[in-house]
Amino acid sequence: MKTKEQHIQSLIPKKFNKIEIIWMSFLLLIIFAGFLAYVDQLINGLEVTNLNDYSLWGIYISNFVFFVATSFVGSATVAILRLTKNEWRTPLVRIAEIISLAAIAMAGITIVIDLGRPDRMLNTFIYARFQSPITWDVIIIPTYLVVSFLLLYFPLLPDLAIMKKYYEKSSPKLSKWYGKLSLNWTGNEAQKALLQKSVTIVAILILPLGLILQTIDAWLFSTTYRIGWKSTNFGPYFISGAFVAGIGALVVSIYFVRKMKNLEDYITDFHFDKLGKLMALACMIYLYFNVNEYLIPAYASTLNEETHLNTLFTGHYSTIFWFVTIGGLIIPIFLLMFKKGRKPLPMLLIGLLVVVASWWKRYIIVTPTLLHPYLPIQGVPESWREYFPSLHEWLITASNLATALLIFTLLIRYLPVVPIQRTIDEEALLTTDKKIES
Amino acid sequence: MENKNKNSRRKFLDKGLKLGLVTAIGGIGLSKLSCKPETESDTDTGEKMELMTTDGTIIQVDASEVMDVDHHTKEDHDNHDVREGIPNRKFVMVVDLAKCKNALACQSACNKHHYVTGDNAWIKVYKMQEAQDTAPYWMPVTCQHCDQPACVTVCPVDATFKRKDGLVLIDNTRCIGCRFCMAACPYSIRVFNWSEPDQGEITLNMDMDMNDPAHAAHEVHASPEHAGVPSVKGTVDKCDFCPHAIQNNELPHCVSACPNGVFYFGDKYEDTVTNGEETLRLSKLLEDKAGYRFMDELGTKPSVYYLPPTDRLVDFEDGLENYNEFQSVEKPE
Repeated sequence: MKTKEQHIQSLIPKKFNKIEIIWMSFLLLIIFAGFLAYVDQLINGLEVTNLNDYSLWGIYISNFVFFVATSFVGSATVAILRLTKNEWRTPLVRIAEIISLAAIAMAGITIVIDLGRPDRMLNTFIYARFQSPITWDVIIIPTYLVVSFLLLYFPLLPDLAIMKKYYEKSSPKLSKWYGKLSLNWTGNEAQKALLQKSVTIVAILILPLGLILQTIDAWLFSTTYRIGWKSTNFGPYFISGAFVAGIGALVVSIYFVRKMKNLEDYITDFHFDKLGKLMALACMIYLYFNVNEYLIPAYASTLNEETHLNTLFTGHYSTIFWFVTIGGLIIPIFLLMFKKGRKPLPMLLIGLLVVVASWWKRYIIVTPTLLHPYLPIQGVPESWREYFPSLHEWLITASNLATALLIFTLLIRYLPVVPIQRTIDEEALLTTDKKIES
Repeated sequence: MENKNKNSRRKFLDKGLKLGLVTAIGGIGLSKLSCKPETESDTDTGEKMELMTTDGTIIQVDASEVMDVDHHTKEDHDNHDVREGIPNRKFVMVVDLAKCKNALACQSACNKHHYVTGDNAWIKVYKMQEAQDTAPYWMPVTCQHCDQPACVTVCPVDATFKRKDGLVLIDNTRCIGCRFCMAACPYSIRVFNWSEPDQGEITLNMDMDMNDPAHAAHEVHASPEHAGVPSVKGTVDKCDFCPHAIQNNELPHCVSACPNGVFYFGDKYEDTVTNGEETLRLSKLLEDKAGYRFMDELGTKPSVYYLPPTDRLVDFEDGLENYNEFQSVEKPE
């Protein structure tokens, strides 16, 4: 059993080591390349992309959907595990909240990158029309961003106070910052009661907000006449997909965080086992909605729907379609059935597979539909009949993903990834329980 | 005790205020209701008037029923609100598929007058064939100017809007370029300015108009009523049904350019359409030739009617000569 000081010692954020510095430089390099590509896009217009009047949305939008989906992990772990009283969530919630915050912030930025006139972005407020799903998005994304931030910030207060004290001598500057951010937390009863109340409110709020966010995201597509998008199944389909993407991202993150920060004592095989079961559940729910979305419509499809389904099942997009369906859902479900499959290393591999498949899943939700309009594609350059992102699009998208990882890396550099105060409190509770028992 | 008194006084004030508010709103509503019948006088004068209906029969009506209709005067055309439309008009188009042989004069005229410089024309003539055994035909498609426009519903900033005269137009000074309208349009008629439009000629013309005093008074600044003048990078463009031509008592460019009289343009309220050569009753034309609207089952309620390609006046094969699968806008060499 560790003492309080030992806990603080092992959980306090530490300076970047060599690998982390290399990782940061790598991210900054990608971000810089993407920045240059975006400046070029601003000057020359969206012409630098491979988008056209048929493939009018592409990788930017699918990446946006991916970010929105990933941001669901905050709602999923914090709210759902809290409501179901799963105590094992303690060392994982903060990482989930950090992923959520980084993802939703980047979702907001990605959608602006897709705009033809980012300079007129404020028109969405000035001339806002409430009937447009984009207006709903403009409302829900900042709301979710703020609540996600609060959900990260409120439980941090006691830890910030601990860090203020810890760094008082070794780094007065850092200590001052932590002190300011801790809002004079002393840990007295009144403060504790207030904190408890505030955390409860945001933790309850985040669940409906997360569900609304995912649903609105689905409605961006299902409010059109497009075959493959106009589906009443889309809301729950997106929610369950977000559940998968978010947990996948969480599994991969905790694996690396645990390794880099030597947190084996805190994030144990037990946690991976639990997360593995949760991920299997998420994949099964998503598989169910996939069956509803693709397999059952194949029975009674119109000619247009049939063309669309054929490109997915056997046509141009079949490789990606089967990769995301088998690789991203069926194989993970199968492997996660076994106890060995839920050990850290297999979980990392499954998690990576799930994340990559989740990203491509959004790509094949967005792209193929646009290539099958009601009218035949005629009178336009032959290249418009297909879509594959240009170098600019890849660079900008890579830099968006890198920025999300940069935000994540910086936050886990300066914040304790496992809640310190809470770990101490829970352990104290556990020991008193034991004393009472004996 | 005193506290309790205070509370009840507060409650009273609160209730009183609410009641007052309800009464005020109710009062305004009632006065509005009572205002309405005043415009239509219900006093029967007994004086009869003889009038001729659109189909030529003489009918008698009470003089009090007859009201002065604001017939579209030149003034109406000139001084209307761009977002409201030209008063008392409802523009429609009829496309006779039996006459189209893919001459593409409509497309060239449209490209020219709207300075279309991108890769995708605003009016396209599709080579259509429903099934392997059915006969192919040529089908010109413009913006359908739907009465239930899917594009307008999804626009987040009201940049694309529906007018009372039936037109769906775009304010490209407001468009944010999200392309949601393009995703929503089932007719794929919207085009995007992916790069800076290369409309060299038009900027020159606009400069000339500015210097010419005769033109200076006329509208030369950008207006949704003349799409493409100028086109703006990062915004959406499309067929506007040429309100700039209508105001000068001219037909849309595609209608007047067509050598085969495929396009009829007119006013639904007048029940009249013309292709420049013949003027017909809209209702009779649609009845005689079994007119229909394209993908009407979607519920978009288009303003464009099609006449099926029966009893063809032209050979489908003739059109193949002009058919270019990969190009709809001629590029300067």
